[in-house]
Amino acid sequence: MIDTLIDITLLAFLTITAIAIIKMRDLFVVIMLFSIFSLHSAGLFVVMDAADVAFTEAAVGAGISTVLMLATLALTKDHNEKRPAHHARIPMLVVLITGGALVYGTYDIPSFGDPHSPAQEHVKPYYIEHSIEDTGVPNTVTAVLASYRGYDTLGEVTVIFTAGIGVMLLIGGRIKRKHKQEDDS
Amino acid sequence: MKHNLILRFIAKYFFPVIALFALYVQFHGDYGPGGGFQAGVILSVAFIFYALVFGMKTTEQVLPFGVLRILASTGVLIYAGTGVVTMLMGGNFLDYDTLSLHPLQGQHIGIIVIELGVGITVSAVMLMIFYAFANRENHD
Repeated sequence: MIDTLIDITLLAFLTITAIAIIKMRDLFVVIMLFSIFSLHSAGLFVVMDAADVAFTEAAVGAGISTVLMLATLALTKDHNEKRPAHHARIPMLVVLITGGALVYGTYDIPSFGDPHSPAQEHVKPYYIEHSIEDTGVPNTVTAVLASYRGYDTLGEVTVIFTAGIGVMLLIGGRIKRKHKQEDDS
Repeated sequence: MKHNLILRFIAKYFFPVIALFALYVQFHGDYGPGGGFQAGVILSVAFIFYALVFGMKTTEQVLPFGVLRILASTGVLIYAGTGVVTMLMGGNFLDYDTLSLHPLQGQHIGIIVIELGVGITVSAVMLMIFYAFANRENHD
């Protein structure tokens, strides 16, 4: 009973936040609403017993990405989104059709916690039964991430590293070089 | 925000608490939720909070940009290096069993070391990106 109530409350807040994000024109407010949206999603993940995912969502979605978006906003001059000049009929049509197809697709998704869904029956039983004797780590999520799926995590770390290099190449020019450019112009 | 006394006071006392929590998440990831990724993000948030209150100049004195560049690559090196070490010890790439005579102990060592690599790279890259944005803002 209380679970259903929490679910409904969180999902209602998510919807309200999403609508507010669409309606708002002040980008500062929109970024703050994005952060609140992430926090609500993190709450939903906790309700679904995915503590590790919730942790990441709260730290990355509500924390770091908000700071980075604010930093980006500080670089721009105008903090208000421009009002579109005409009605977006064709985009609306595309969104409705895509949304309809996605909702139709959800009918094929196994219900939450279904013990016979493919995700539960493939390798998960092995991980749950053997992770302690294989790795000695009580948190199965860590055992899967760091040991069974060590290659994937190495790939993820490399992706983050590459993202850092990419940002450095694009806007990370040292201050000296920037002054030089200003002198040139 | 340089003249806001309450904020400066709180930032000073929150920094060690956030950093300590990051270390807890880092090394307690085997037993509870968390791990290198979350810990890295939390640690970088501590520095970003510090930078927002005290300014980029002070933060760069505490943690220069050059150090971050080295740290970001060190983390990946630790992770991939662990794989190479396991190969040298006679196992497959990232097969931690070979790190110690006892396979479970080897797994423990391997997981803690690679999580450390993940944490170092994630926190350094997050801060690098933040520094890049913040420095641009000050000099435009």
